[in-house]
Amino acid sequence: MNILFAQEVPLSWYLLLSAVLFSLGVVGFLIKRNLITIFMSIELMLNGVNLSFVTFAHQWHAVKGQIFVFFVMMVAAAEAAVGLAIIIAVFRARATLAVDRIDRMKL
Amino acid sequence: MSGPLHLWLIPLLPFAGFLINGILGRRLPKWLVTTVALLAPLAAFGVALYTAACVYIFTHIQCAPSCPFCAPCSIFQPVVESLGTWINIAVLHVDFSFVLDQLSLVMLLVVTGVGFLIHVYSVGYMSDDEGYARYFSYLNLFLFFMTILVLAGNALVMFIGWEGVGLASYLLIGFWFQKKSADDAGKKAFIVNRIGDFGFLIAMFLLVANFGTLTFTEIATKLGQDPGWNGGVVTVIALCLMMGAAGKSAQLPLYIWLPDAMEGPTPVSALIHAATMVTAGVYMVARTHVLFDHSPFALGVVATVGAATAIFAATIALVQNDIKRVLAYSTISQLGYMFLGCGVAAYSAAIFHLMTHAFFKALLFLAAGSVIHGLGGEQDLRKMGGLWKKLPVTFAVTTVGVLAIAGIPPFAGFFSKDAILYAAFLQGTNGKILYSVGLLTALLTAFYMFRLWYMTFLGEPRSPQSHPHESPWSMRGPLVILAALSICGGWIWLYGFSEFLTPVLGARVAETGSWRLLIPYTQYSLSLETVLSIIAVLVALEGWLIADKFYRRKPTRPASLAAALPSGYKLLANKYFVDEFYGATVVKPLLGFSKVFLEWVVDVGILGGAAWLLGGIATFAGAILQRWQSGNLRSYAAWLAAGAAAVLLFLLVPWITVLAYLAAIHLGVAGH
Repeated sequence: MNILFAQEVPLSWYLLLSAVLFSLGVVGFLIKRNLITIFMSIELMLNGVNLSFVTFAHQWHAVKGQIFVFFVMMVAAAEAAVGLAIIIAVFRARATLAVDRIDRMKL
Repeated sequence: MSGPLHLWLIPLLPFAGFLINGILGRRLPKWLVTTVALLAPLAAFGVALYTAACVYIFTHIQCAPSCPFCAPCSIFQPVVESLGTWINIAVLHVDFSFVLDQLSLVMLLVVTGVGFLIHVYSVGYMSDDEGYARYFSYLNLFLFFMTILVLAGNALVMFIGWEGVGLASYLLIGFWFQKKSADDAGKKAFIVNRIGDFGFLIAMFLLVANFGTLTFTEIATKLGQDPGWNGGVVTVIALCLMMGAAGKSAQLPLYIWLPDAMEGPTPVSALIHAATMVTAGVYMVARTHVLFDHSPFALGVVATVGAATAIFAATIALVQNDIKRVLAYSTISQLGYMFLGCGVAAYSAAIFHLMTHAFFKALLFLAAGSVIHGLGGEQDLRKMGGLWKKLPVTFAVTTVGVLAIAGIPPFAGFFSKDAILYAAFLQGTNGKILYSVGLLTALLTAFYMFRLWYMTFLGEPRSPQSHPHESPWSMRGPLVILAALSICGGWIWLYGFSEFLTPVLGARVAETGSWRLLIPYTQYSLSLETVLSIIAVLVALEGWLIADKFYRRKPTRPASLAAALPSGYKLLANKYFVDEFYGATVVKPLLGFSKVFLEWVVDVGILGGAAWLLGGIATFAGAILQRWQSGNLRSYAAWLAAGAAAVLLFLLVPWITVLAYLAAIHLGVAGH
């Protein structure tokens, strides 16, 4: 094990990856029209943040960051359940998932 | 003093009556309303009597217990009861204090005593009125404020009562508020009184500025310590006080509200607009007499205004045909007498006349109310006549009242009027002029009062109503008591009423020779007083004779005289056109100013414009900002992302904040 992974991946790479993931999420959120794709973009952003949490937790030997990640994942799971339910309800009412058409608070 | 006197009970009892009848009166049965309404002033009168008794029992220790009216007894120390500090800022310290001295004791007994009698009378007079409970709650409220006014130990507490009785007066004049004339009369009374109150307020400000206190006794002490207080600011303060007194006591030029105040119920006219409230001005001048004593000029103004009002109102009363208006102008005239008395520094004579006037004028008003009640609301003298058989009790008491006000001995008015005229006569040359004006007024008074008497009770019945009825006993009882007081009330002058008041109203500070040494009057030669009395009585009898000639022996005489002097008659019948004059010079310009400037410029222009401007700004801002609220999810998200990016940028690169700030300033400047 130690021989294979003797050379550790530098911290900046993780952070770079995290930033890329987050940016992909943001861009996806902004340019996609489909509600489900936008939802996936949110997950992407959350995981980008999670990655930087884990990275710093490993770097500073602080367990708090990892606990945070668990919380984020848990909330994200709950959010997925609620969000998907809302998306289904919206689709039933409007027969569309294009966000540009769902521009009224009143259904 | 042996133990507290509980002076606070005296105003508080009527106030309790006001609260009970004012809040619950509509739901309570009528007998309960009556009981509460009558108990309140009766209890106040009882407490007043009790305090008087306390004061006397205490002072009796100093002298023989058998004499009620000897000189040492009458000198009791003023009792001051403070209910706590009201205002305490820097130099200004005002206590909520009540003072009981000889002056306030006399006033208190008159106010609560006559007030109670008029309450009793009202039970009969107002029995059919819908606003029965409301009427009595107002009447009790009036007594509450009036007793505060009388008991006040400083000018500010007096001012509470002063404004309060004005309020009660307004409420009661406009009691039948469905009638437009009553409504207008109430407003007129209130507004004209405000002009006088302005003077009172200015006087208080000047007192605080110059003496640093509003307490009457402290002002007197400070004036006594420093003989330098003469004329100047003292004159200004005294004149401002006189302005307030002229408003409240219906003196020239602010008397115009009192005749209109007759729109209220007749017992109200008797209580407020004859016996008690309108005398508040006289009481106030007597209360602050030290200021007037230090200003001969102000005293001269008081005397002149009083004499002028007395004769002015008396001439108007000659030709009025409304029974209440004759009495109203007579009240103004008699108040003029009181001011004449104050103006010649005969304060005790003025207070004495105030007291006797309260008796006989309340009597006359209530008797007039009894006549009006008996005739079913008729107030026109020309439609009365021959009532003496139908209304025997009313006729008898009115006769007493007329004899009293005309100044026929031994009725009450004789003594008080005589005391004032005598005091005026002693005041040098000016005093002689004032005396002759007073004497002429006495002649006119006797004439118009006997005119009223003849037109109402004697001659042929001219009333369209065939069955005038005598009033119930609740109305006749007070009339009889007041008649007794109108007969005997004057006799206490012979038992040293003036000396009784001397500790408060004081031996005067003399400035000039002729103003010196007036008190006590009895020290002067009795012969001069006797001669003047005989003249006064002869003049009164002459007035009676003329009235007898005009209205009994030759009833056509008044009409022919009026035809012979059409302009003079017109002038008097229209009350010298004073109301029209004020209407043209004050009311109309003020209304025009309000219409043009206040309505169009201030209301529509400034206030309305400001409202429109603010509304416009909000609408405009809303129109711009609503574009952000597009409802488009991705646009919100984009703004969110942009905001986050901006915050991040500013955090990472601090100097960019400064740059952005400079850019904003540059843009702002460029924008102009």
